[in-house]
Amino acid sequence: MITTFLIDSLDRRGRIVVGLLVALALLVPAGNLLVPEGNVFHVSTYQLTLCGKYLTYALLALSVDLVWGYCGILSLGHGAFFALGGYAMGMYLMRQIGTRGVYADPLLPDFMVFLNWKELPWFWQGFDMAWYALLMVVLVPGLLALVFGWLSFRSRVTGVYLSIITQALTYALLLAFFRNDMGFGGNNGLTDFKDILGYPIQAPGTRAALFAASALMLAIGFVIASAVVRSKLGKVLVAIRDAESRTRFIGYRVEHYKLFVWTLSAAMAGIAGALYVPQVGIINPSEFDPAASIEAVIWVAVGGRGTLVGPLIGAVAVNFGKTWFTGVLPEVWLYALGALFVVVTLFLPRGIVGLWDKLVTGRAKPAVEANGAGRQTGEAA
Amino acid sequence: MRRRFLTRQRTLRPGLPLAPDGYGFAVQTWNGHAMAFLRLLAILAALIAGLQPALAVRIADADLSSHVVALGVGGFDAAEKAIADLAATGDDRVPTILDRLGNGELMVRKADGAVFAVEKAGLDFRLTDLVTGVGAGLAPKAAVEKIKVNNRIRRAIASAVGALTLMSPDPSVRRAAAEAVMKSADVAAIPVLDQAIAAETVADIRSAMLAARATALLASDAPEADKVASIAAIADLGSRDALGFLSGYTSAEGAVGAAARKAATVIESRLMLWDVGQNLWYGLSLGSVLLLAAIGLAITFGVMGVINMAHGEMVMIGAYATFTAQEAIRSSWPELFDYSLLIALPVAFLTAALAGILIERLVIRWLYGRPLETLLATWGVSLMLQQAVRSLYGANNREVGNPAWMSGAFAVGDIQVTWTRLWIILFALAVFFALIGVLKRTRLGLEMRAVTQNRQMAAAVGIRTPLVDALTFGLGSGIAGLAGVALSQIDNVSPNLGRGYIIDSFMVVVFGGVGNLWGTLVGALTLGVANKMLEPYAGAVLGKIILLVAIILFIQKRPRGLFALKGRAVEA
Repeated sequence: MITTFLIDSLDRRGRIVVGLLVALALLVPAGNLLVPEGNVFHVSTYQLTLCGKYLTYALLALSVDLVWGYCGILSLGHGAFFALGGYAMGMYLMRQIGTRGVYADPLLPDFMVFLNWKELPWFWQGFDMAWYALLMVVLVPGLLALVFGWLSFRSRVTGVYLSIITQALTYALLLAFFRNDMGFGGNNGLTDFKDILGYPIQAPGTRAALFAASALMLAIGFVIASAVVRSKLGKVLVAIRDAESRTRFIGYRVEHYKLFVWTLSAAMAGIAGALYVPQVGIINPSEFDPAASIEAVIWVAVGGRGTLVGPLIGAVAVNFGKTWFTGVLPEVWLYALGALFVVVTLFLPRGIVGLWDKLVTGRAKPAVEANGAGRQTGEAA
Repeated sequence: MRRRFLTRQRTLRPGLPLAPDGYGFAVQTWNGHAMAFLRLLAILAALIAGLQPALAVRIADADLSSHVVALGVGGFDAAEKAIADLAATGDDRVPTILDRLGNGELMVRKADGAVFAVEKAGLDFRLTDLVTGVGAGLAPKAAVEKIKVNNRIRRAIASAVGALTLMSPDPSVRRAAAEAVMKSADVAAIPVLDQAIAAETVADIRSAMLAARATALLASDAPEADKVASIAAIADLGSRDALGFLSGYTSAEGAVGAAARKAATVIESRLMLWDVGQNLWYGLSLGSVLLLAAIGLAITFGVMGVINMAHGEMVMIGAYATFTAQEAIRSSWPELFDYSLLIALPVAFLTAALAGILIERLVIRWLYGRPLETLLATWGVSLMLQQAVRSLYGANNREVGNPAWMSGAFAVGDIQVTWTRLWIILFALAVFFALIGVLKRTRLGLEMRAVTQNRQMAAAVGIRTPLVDALTFGLGSGIAGLAGVALSQIDNVSPNLGRGYIIDSFMVVVFGGVGNLWGTLVGALTLGVANKMLEPYAGAVLGKIILLVAIILFIQKRPRGLFALKGRAVEA
């Protein structure tokens, strides 16, 4: 029943996206594992992993869009939640190495042996169990967001102030994770993983499975986000985005709505990070860099904020551009990225999706109704 | 030889207990004492010869050679006289020569009676001229004869070198000598010290010598009452060295231990006070840097409400403008080098201001009233500026020189003050008050305030608001450029220079209260001092994290900062 409800919550475009993602989850791994090399439809392992990485970025972009596009909270620190999810997964993967590390310590990861630690710190306990680690992937970013959001929204820190303190948050975490005695591997982070759920992490089958998991998780995230923004709650969120004080005076507890969507978004970012880490094989403090978080915001802006498809398109397009540019013309990439920020904010306030709507369907929607949900209020309610 | 001693000298750090292999205190025999003392003398010699080149006393090489030759003639009596004569020349090469004599490294060439420093080279000896340091070839073992040294000669050497150092006409050499003796705590130094103390006229060098004598006395088997008195003499010094020395006796038994413990506590509390002072100074220094970086932001963000993420890059542009100006001066008018920073000030201001005005005209003015979009667009601008500088100047750090009047340091009590930091504090305050003056006393300032308070009304009375916007942004950016001049003196001039300051600057402005320059001043100094006060307890990184978290929490309590603007305009 709940499945029907979730599927019903998708508009036409949403159904296409979910369908595409499920198809990707099946076809791309098949193209990697079953189609022989040399065939046009063969997908190399490199391409597979790269695309899997893009999909996790897309999930991060979706989570940013949920708070920024629909609730007007510009987070410059979503990379922190992404990285925390990644670290939770990384800790699980570290514990799976067991005696295969350089120092062959059955309990302690290599860097702890190297730092001459004698026992596992308390916060590493339990990460040898997959279910616990997966729980932490959601719980740690979620709890941090809950506390941070509860404090901030209750005292009505809004707009650029909130943006700046989210940036300070991820900066503080960056500094903290750089410290060796924090117990997260310091500068080098966590790497050299061997197994995930008992399967060797480098094996083509595992990689294909991780890709499929990323695609499916993105589809699930998309459906959840869609359900949220098209529900009555989603309407209130948009109202908060467009006129926070008015919404408050009408009688809504603005901070509760914000807190809900903020925490949901953080958990989603955490899941994206957890899927990202086994595919790239490393997690280090640079993921906490404020610049990384701002880049995630620009994916959303490029794709079109306030739409659910936009962040997916934006994340994939920008990162594809990044991969291409840094390979071919590395010195041009920062110019291109910088110009992208400027051009998109000046000329494409609604991103690629907005441009598409304008050019193809010929309808320019009013700015306030920046999403598909706005048109179908009655239906969703 | 000299080089080796210099490096050893450098490994002695004040405040640390002496290393077991250092110029040790637990040497038992007189011979041992003498050896230790001779090693100490060698340091003193290095001090004179190496660290005080300006004050070096030199006599003619030939005269010195004739004295050196006398070392190898006759028995111990003659040698003792020769040593005294050599010392009487006051030449700065004498301590090294005497030191090598004490080590048994001097030999007489039988053929002509000349004296050389020798080094074993296989079966032969390699000879080196003592006066000129020039090699004099190899000599078979039979051709040379070692100058014999006994304890009497060693004592003579000790007192001669002591006289050269502890009784040097140069006070800084005397002070260094006394401190070196104190570190070595050598009983053999006491007679020389007594002589030096009697002759010393400068009070604090005298007390340093007394303390040195006391440390030597403590190491000896003198009566307990003398030792307790010695501890009092050391305690009078009150320095880290004294504390480090006393810590070796705090666990001793009887009256000596008790006196040492008491003296150590007194010194510790005194040093703690100085530490607080030093941290306060570091904090003010950091605060002034933050103030410089944030004050331009206080204009663009605080007064105009524009989030300029490229503010840090304006600072970077200022630093590179300084570099370019200095390079031009270096190549074309080297005699102006000492004024290069003064010349760079207007250059940096104008370059950054021009860049700011361009950004405002091209990008920001389309985004007024949309702060989040402004934030993203200026972030993009910052990326492009960074890459542009990287293309123009390369990714490596660039070196901006210190003019003579900015280098060096001086001490106030136990607080070390570098001229660079002092100038930066003064400069930051000057910029701050100049800015207040511009805002309060000039036509432009008046128009700026008018536009800030009510844009439409300002336009209605004839103020050209777009021009004022551009100029305000230019002013804020220009001040960032000035900050770049100052930062080029203490930080690496690299394309990433601005990135490091942007978050801190925003913290300062938000903490101090947006739209209030005094708030920025208080915010910058508070954060600077708080940061440096936390550092000794939490470490640099953790201190910074604590501060960031504290500010995040503070914003929850006072979302508008320390000195919030009040009234209806705030919500607009």
